[in-house]
Amino acid sequence: MSFEAPIKAIGEKDLVAPKSTFKSITEAVSRVTENPAPMGWWIAFLTAFSFTGVLLGSIGYLFWNGVGVWGNNSPVGWAWDITNFVWWVGIGHAGTLISAVLFLFRQKWRTSINRFAEAMTIFAVICALIFPGIHVGRVWHAYYLAPIPNQMGIWPNFKSPLLWDVFAVSTYFTVSSLFWFVGLIPDLATLRDRAKNSLRRMVYGFLALGWRGSNRHWQNYERSYLILAALSTPLVLSVHSVVSFDFATSVEPGWHTTIFPPYFVAGAVFSGFAMVMTLLLIARSVFKLTDLVTITHVELMNKIMLATGSLVGYAYAMEFFVAWYSGNEYERYVFINRATGPYAWAYWIMITCNVISPQLFWSKRLRTNIPLSFVVSIFINIGMWFERFVIIVTSLHRDFIPSSWGYFHPTLVDITTYLGSLGLFFTLFLLFLRWVPMIAIAELKSILPEADPHHGEHHDEAHEGDSHGEPALATTAEGH
Amino acid sequence: MSVETTTVSVPEGRPALLLAEYETPGACMKAAAKLRDAGFTKFDTHTPFPVHGMDAAMGMGDSKLGWIVLVMGITGLMTGIALITYANGIDYPIIVGGKPAISIPAYVPVCFELTILLSAFGAVFGMFGLNQLPRHHHPIFESDRFKAATDDKFFVSVEYADPKFDADRTPELVASTHPNHIEIIEDTES
Repeated sequence: MSFEAPIKAIGEKDLVAPKSTFKSITEAVSRVTENPAPMGWWIAFLTAFSFTGVLLGSIGYLFWNGVGVWGNNSPVGWAWDITNFVWWVGIGHAGTLISAVLFLFRQKWRTSINRFAEAMTIFAVICALIFPGIHVGRVWHAYYLAPIPNQMGIWPNFKSPLLWDVFAVSTYFTVSSLFWFVGLIPDLATLRDRAKNSLRRMVYGFLALGWRGSNRHWQNYERSYLILAALSTPLVLSVHSVVSFDFATSVEPGWHTTIFPPYFVAGAVFSGFAMVMTLLLIARSVFKLTDLVTITHVELMNKIMLATGSLVGYAYAMEFFVAWYSGNEYERYVFINRATGPYAWAYWIMITCNVISPQLFWSKRLRTNIPLSFVVSIFINIGMWFERFVIIVTSLHRDFIPSSWGYFHPTLVDITTYLGSLGLFFTLFLLFLRWVPMIAIAELKSILPEADPHHGEHHDEAHEGDSHGEPALATTAEGH
Repeated sequence: MSVETTTVSVPEGRPALLLAEYETPGACMKAAAKLRDAGFTKFDTHTPFPVHGMDAAMGMGDSKLGWIVLVMGITGLMTGIALITYANGIDYPIIVGGKPAISIPAYVPVCFELTILLSAFGAVFGMFGLNQLPRHHHPIFESDRFKAATDDKFFVSVEYADPKFDADRTPELVASTHPNHIEIIEDTES
């Protein structure tokens, strides 16, 4: 099964609607950035932008008054801040999985959705990076996160998973951004060459770096893309593993488990695919891209959600089993308390959304149903937020002695900060939809049957069924 | 199919490129193979997407990018080891959790991330270096038809600087590969 083989030969269905041509793909994708934005875009953008303002206001208020404006208090020292951080980082993972892992596995169907998913990764990681930065309390000491000695000459502790996390997430952000930009260069050149006014020509021209589609460039370009995919694959697996080390290396019951790295990675992919699905179904109907993002894409993504959702469900069960099997009474208590204690509501929301709802996708009829896919993707987004909340808050809220027991109540600022981060995410995303080709134009063209240099030859053979033997020579009259 | 020949650009410039436009990737690739067989070295194809088999048709060797990435990756790994050893082992040793100041297992995550980070820099900026990008000014952009190279047309360009280039015979050779259109592009710099 070579990557060069035509789609039909490897038994895949058409990945874009039949009759799509190079020109129609350029048109369909570019026109979104060229035509005036639909009214719906403006409504969504102004709403999201207002919430970005709410985020900035909440952060300003936090900086002015200190972390006391949040509900975090002993014994629950980490709450929504870290829940939001882990949730956002996790969402980012689907983008890298689609762009890198599926690329290495030669899954050509990813082509329609990878640009989109990579953009989502970058914006989700931006939202994630805010939270560790603002939760440190004395923000003027935020530079302690970086490997810089402080005023007493003491360096950060390189044995701490919190420092590993800084390296993992910032590397992830940088590499994802580079990967995204490299993928964009040929498409920015397409927009440059279509530009009707000089401002567009200058801005897209500047960003396209003078790309001229040269095959001597494509060779290095494709190698660069392949290497970036090969680098991103272990990177994405490492990022959520390192995030899970923040918990797993502590001696806190409920956190101190070896299952965390794979469990976090599976959950990250699960939540990320759900977010891609949510966004894609909206963009597909608003911008009328049903020819390029077909029901096959929806179905395949639902299958991945079914697989990762089942992995997550297995991890929940295994955690419970190991807690019992360990014989450690604190560990056992934490898990029984999760399912039956004061946070049982959160636990059962998590189980319903993450374990039960994706099981609907065993049915082909349900996983090709667009409204249902949308609803389930929202359920999974909610469920995965609750997963992180359950892991963090239920493990902390009852410390070893009952005098250190408490119950976490979010404050208004907790809520506005979280909603504000959603606002920032959607603001960036809507700007992306409007100004950047949201589907990889060059890549999508390369999977059309016409992109195969021997296309004409097969074509002739198929039509003149009796002329087998010598393959017909392709002629330039092929340009229909 | 008739081949029209047009010349663009200012008359006093010297000719830089012969540019031929094709309708399909297959036709473009056959033309490239013909130029390769005729011994040309300074020619290129311009396509909206990478065409598989074109590297062989143009007689190109393999990309050298992997070596750049390897060197950068090793640099990243060494940087990680040096940074941690110096910071926590030499400059200000701190004992945490009873572990030695220089504790190799704890190096793994940071060294891994720095290896990936610098390799990625190598893959991206190395690619820019090998391709000599950004380059916003190139004679080929003088052609209006060339705008379709990022849309749905396929181009072959031959440099006048190629030792095999002959002002009469080369256009004939290119015309024999059935392009839609041929034009001569003149260098407006100088």
